[in-house]
Amino acid sequence: MNKVVSAADEAIKDVFDGAIVMLGGFGLCGIPENCITALVKKGVKKLTCISNNAGVDDFGIGLMLKQRQVKKMISSYVGENAEFERQLLSGELEVELIPQGTLATRCMAAGYGMPAVFTPAGVGTEVAIGKEVRQFNGKEYLLEHAFDADFAIVKAWKGDTDGNLIYKETARNFNPLMAMAGKITIAEVEQLVPVGELDPNNIHTPGIYVHRIFQGSNYQKRIEQLTVRKAK
Amino acid sequence: MSLTKEQIAQRIARELKNGYYVNLGIGIPTLVANYIPSGINVVLQSENGLLGMGPFPFEGEEDPDLINAGKQTITTVPGSAFFDSAMSFGMIRAGKVDLTVLGAMEVSEEGDIANWKIPGKMVKGMGGAMDLVASAKNIIVAMMHSNPKGESKLLAKCTLPLTGVKCVKKIVSDIAVLDVTADGFRLLERAPGITVEEIKSKTAGKLIIEGEIPEMQF
Repeated sequence: MNKVVSAADEAIKDVFDGAIVMLGGFGLCGIPENCITALVKKGVKKLTCISNNAGVDDFGIGLMLKQRQVKKMISSYVGENAEFERQLLSGELEVELIPQGTLATRCMAAGYGMPAVFTPAGVGTEVAIGKEVRQFNGKEYLLEHAFDADFAIVKAWKGDTDGNLIYKETARNFNPLMAMAGKITIAEVEQLVPVGELDPNNIHTPGIYVHRIFQGSNYQKRIEQLTVRKAK
Repeated sequence: MSLTKEQIAQRIARELKNGYYVNLGIGIPTLVANYIPSGINVVLQSENGLLGMGPFPFEGEEDPDLINAGKQTITTVPGSAFFDSAMSFGMIRAGKVDLTVLGAMEVSEEGDIANWKIPGKMVKGMGGAMDLVASAKNIIVAMMHSNPKGESKLLAKCTLPLTGVKCVKKIVSDIAVLDVTADGFRLLERAPGITVEEIKSKTAGKLIIEGEIPEMQF
């Protein structure tokens, strides 16, 4: 069992045109920067990207949008990207907006082997159009299907050579859910350590879900909204 | 005088109870955190995966791995916890969060809310708003009573695409505090210097006025 690859190029080498790809992160926090750069370099096209957001114009998934690599985005909020808006309005890009909790739960369902879940989010709104509605205890719920993604690409803080992962702070977000949900899961980590060095009590994603892992480099970790107090 | 955004937040903060878990939306709701009354301890939930959100970091101490749902750099307080997005919305869906405060473009007299989409304009998405309004036990809306054209945002029926149905419990606007009841908007308080007549004229939905309506004190 060798899951370790040298770098992002090797990790994403079989991502094919038209693939469905999950990308972890919330805004620019906890995004797989190295793999996104490699996907841009590879030039793979017509991707369906499942990710909470679509990056900004010059970073994150925005870099792939700029190269016209994305056919469809499935997200909950896409407000930070002018190129995204241009492609959407010109009809070059399809977008499916879904509630954030529904997005998370559809990832989770895939990772837990459940074909679908019921959630109240979107009942009585246009999100409910075409979906089965069922009542439980007098309240209405929508049937939402598990995602079926070819690849899940996630970013963790620490990982070991067996693929066990630990995330840092709010950079966890969608990463552990997507890690569980991909047919092939690729993890890039800030620190890759030998098996046995991570405390089993602290593992967020067990290595069984992870197929490829590598230590990333040159993380920019851009801040989208810098908000600070003046020092006392 | 209409309330300022800060005063709306300050008034909403008086609804907080000791021990509440609270989710504050982006905009005016975020400001509520600045007015938590002394002696009241609440735990702030940020739906990107944190309970126990603290204030903005001091200059130079910002951490790119630590943000709130508005993508702003933040800090944690003692006793905080991180979790993934499914657990975050799981605790919301399961009714563990006591109070949700969010903004709105329109609210109907039945408590429907519209706050995510304007037809013909670029749609950015609903984020976590639909999940929050579908599950929260108690939802307070912070909003302006009228839109920039002077039209009421408190309506008999929403005209914009809905975020959720029959979910808003209370509204704190720039001129009034109202409960959303089975019979319509019930006027509870008016902003300093604002008359009941003015509130009446600016509320398109059914307005219930019973007895003397007190003026808010700041």
